[in-house]
Amino acid sequence: MLNPVIALLLQVQVPGVAEHRVTDIFTPLASPAAAEKNIAMLTIAITTAIFVVVGGLILFTIFRFRRRPGDDLHQEPPQVYGSNQIEAAWTIIPLLIVFILIGVSARVIAAVQNASPPKSTLHVTVIGHQWWWEVYYPDYGVRTANEIHIPANIDGQTATYLTLQSADVIHSFWVPQLSGKMDLIPNRNNYLWIDPKDPGVYVGNCAEYCGTQHAKMLLRVIAQTPADFNKWAADQRKPQEENAQAAGAKAAFESLSCISCHAVRGTSAAGRFGPDLTHLMTRQTLAAGIMVNNGRSLRDWVNDPQYPKPGCFMPSMKLTNQELDQVVAYLQSLN
Amino acid sequence: MATVDYPLDRPPVKDTEFSFSQALYSWVATVDHKRLGLMYIVSALLFFVVAGIMAAVIRLQLMFPENDLVGPATYNRLFTMHGTTMVFLVGMPMVAGFSNYLVPLMIGARDMAFPRLNAFGFWIFLFGGLLLYYSYIGGGGLQGAGSAPDVGWFAYAPLSEGAFSRGSATDYWALGVMVAGIGSIASAINVIATALCMRCPGMSLSRMPVFVWVMLIDSWLIVVALPPLTAGQIMLMLDRHLHANFFDTQAGGSAVLWQHIFWIFGHPEVYILIFPAFAILSEVIPVFSRKPLFGRPAMVGAVVAIGFISLGVWAHHMFAVGMTSWSNSFFAASTMFVGIPTGIKIFNWTATMYGGKLRLDTPLLFCCGFLLQFLVAGLTGIMLGVAPFDWQLHDTYFVVAHFHFTLLLGLVFGLFAGIYYWYPKAFGRMYNEKLGKLHFWLFCIGANLTFIPLHFAGMLGMPRRIYTYPAGRGWEGWNMVSTVGVFFQAAGILFFLWTMVRSAFVGEPAGDDPWDGWTLEWATSSPPPEYNFEKLPVVRSSRPLWDLKHPHDPDWKFE
Repeated sequence: MLNPVIALLLQVQVPGVAEHRVTDIFTPLASPAAAEKNIAMLTIAITTAIFVVVGGLILFTIFRFRRRPGDDLHQEPPQVYGSNQIEAAWTIIPLLIVFILIGVSARVIAAVQNASPPKSTLHVTVIGHQWWWEVYYPDYGVRTANEIHIPANIDGQTATYLTLQSADVIHSFWVPQLSGKMDLIPNRNNYLWIDPKDPGVYVGNCAEYCGTQHAKMLLRVIAQTPADFNKWAADQRKPQEENAQAAGAKAAFESLSCISCHAVRGTSAAGRFGPDLTHLMTRQTLAAGIMVNNGRSLRDWVNDPQYPKPGCFMPSMKLTNQELDQVVAYLQSLN
Repeated sequence: MATVDYPLDRPPVKDTEFSFSQALYSWVATVDHKRLGLMYIVSALLFFVVAGIMAAVIRLQLMFPENDLVGPATYNRLFTMHGTTMVFLVGMPMVAGFSNYLVPLMIGARDMAFPRLNAFGFWIFLFGGLLLYYSYIGGGGLQGAGSAPDVGWFAYAPLSEGAFSRGSATDYWALGVMVAGIGSIASAINVIATALCMRCPGMSLSRMPVFVWVMLIDSWLIVVALPPLTAGQIMLMLDRHLHANFFDTQAGGSAVLWQHIFWIFGHPEVYILIFPAFAILSEVIPVFSRKPLFGRPAMVGAVVAIGFISLGVWAHHMFAVGMTSWSNSFFAASTMFVGIPTGIKIFNWTATMYGGKLRLDTPLLFCCGFLLQFLVAGLTGIMLGVAPFDWQLHDTYFVVAHFHFTLLLGLVFGLFAGIYYWYPKAFGRMYNEKLGKLHFWLFCIGANLTFIPLHFAGMLGMPRRIYTYPAGRGWEGWNMVSTVGVFFQAAGILFFLWTMVRSAFVGEPAGDDPWDGWTLEWATSSPPPEYNFEKLPVVRSSRPLWDLKHPHDPDWKFE
């Protein structure tokens, strides 16, 4: 049942980077998620206590007052119509609990939503597309896809502010260990901030149903030390280097309709519909996180994207084997 | 004694001598509230079986990671049709069916206030449902680009707009649901008029059975909440066909506007759906505990309070759309306030059982299941109401588990209680108690097995509406157990259908009043004649039959 590409993905370990494959909301690794976890624990404690008390009362009542074989069926139990004191008690006690929860909620809502950015803040624009994420760094002029590189909050003064937009339908940004979700809505800017302390890969998914391939719209946030992040950003900023060996492959790529949808900065490929392919080979995964990025899976993907991701907007271009070789060779040269 | 003068060309015929076509005609042309009520409930059960089969396929698909039983397109249609069917073609006709069958009987009336409107309501609901299902054939449209709708039951714009939902699938969704909604509104107006104007002599509003009270408030809620949905669907159709651009973001429309319009309907809607269960429990628990409903005025007041508060909580479905912190706090607060009257109801039902002599037959078993499971649903609802917690839980399987605890382990348990309780009244024969209990235990175990694990899958980060998921995130075990539960549920439903069909023919004759009940429907024969009561009853308290059976200790002395 296990799709081979996914099985591959399970084994993937990027050297030197801890990979958090968990999406558990109770092991938060950034401030918003931690605040949400704390209020979650409080809520769970309160509701569990209510469940034990009320559920216990219900069960006790059922067992204690069930009709037994020897009971006189003609003898009706005492007819009790109600009691205002008891009604008042079980109105006021829940009211007090609710007031506590409302107060705590309002505080956490304000703390997360209205937090002011710290000194060094990276701004990233994330644009949802039907079934992939476009990532734009306005301060660096860098455009990439599906993997969001950010500096880790090692000095306690670093955060990343995300401006969330959508190019088509509603999506939702959700990396559970970093923060709760925020929708990406067309014609609207939404904001979210994250500040993971540990460098590493944090995984998530699109969390708003967005059409056929909603399930395979995975998301990776890659937190790096500030030095690593700056190096990455500087590398990404450079135009794509010309690789003499791949000149023929490049010509083949540019002669095919790949370039109608994909861009490679510094070449004639300037399509905007699909992910920007500049520095493609620096990415860990393909097709919004569903397969590891290497020569074999690239070839499989370009050959027929409809097999691993049926319904996605990249068609099988029916390339000949030779064209396929050239395209994959060119893509592999995009370091 | 005068002789009866029959017209010569139309000899009198007895029911049993009807030919098939005459029988069919008598059902199609009927305006009798009992027949229409049964037709509502039977159609709802048919849709329930269809939607249940869809749910089973969904669960089988999710049993393993990377499963490929169905593809993404089919899967998305399945969950859309499952949700739409359960809400609009099972939940809503159950409201109409139960209130149609029982309200006139309980208030001592001969029929509903508007019998023809009643028949119109049923038929337009049924054809609305068939129109929705015709999408499997006609949904392709001229472009051949669709089948059944695949936009989810809340059809978020702009996914439902022409650019992203091609073909006619979404048009069938909007029209089918809109047409079925006309039936619901017609039936709601009828219930309001009946309950307010047709009560028998002596039945003041304060003596009206709690079932009728709850259905009256439910009907008001339908009249207030359903038109926004209809308006939204008309706007969506205008967008799709005349480029009105209300929600078309590519032309400057607003995606959030649709969410507000939909949830202004959608949140009261879930209370509309759960109210019949409240109504049924408020009748079954007292009779099976042999005690009057504890705190009757508080129970009615709580339903009124839920009705009002439910009109102001809608945006708790939208904590993740980026509202201001003030809006989020407001809707978190209003959502939690709904918990208070709901809690009052659970406490009062428990207090009704406390000190009683509980007859643990199938109807009460389902009520007990409801109480415990609805308690869980209420508490997970509080968790979702805490907005920061909801930012994590929103659109995950935790939400799926929560609303299935409300609607399947809550509402459907309540409906089963009601079906078993009034079955002997409707058919004059008793259901099979053994099969009933078997149904209860299988369904109870199965439903819990299916939906308890999904809470944990959600907290481990599993989003809803995904047709497949990668292995290695800790979701596999929960999903496996969840799917196993489906087999128990299906077995339970088979026993249910078996006893329902079989007992109608060979069940033991039930008599007029098998439960020693207290409301007026038990004062007439089983099944009741077309005119309900030979002589309209006169009542002096909220338990008229208790007064008759206990002349030395009547309720009216205390009320």
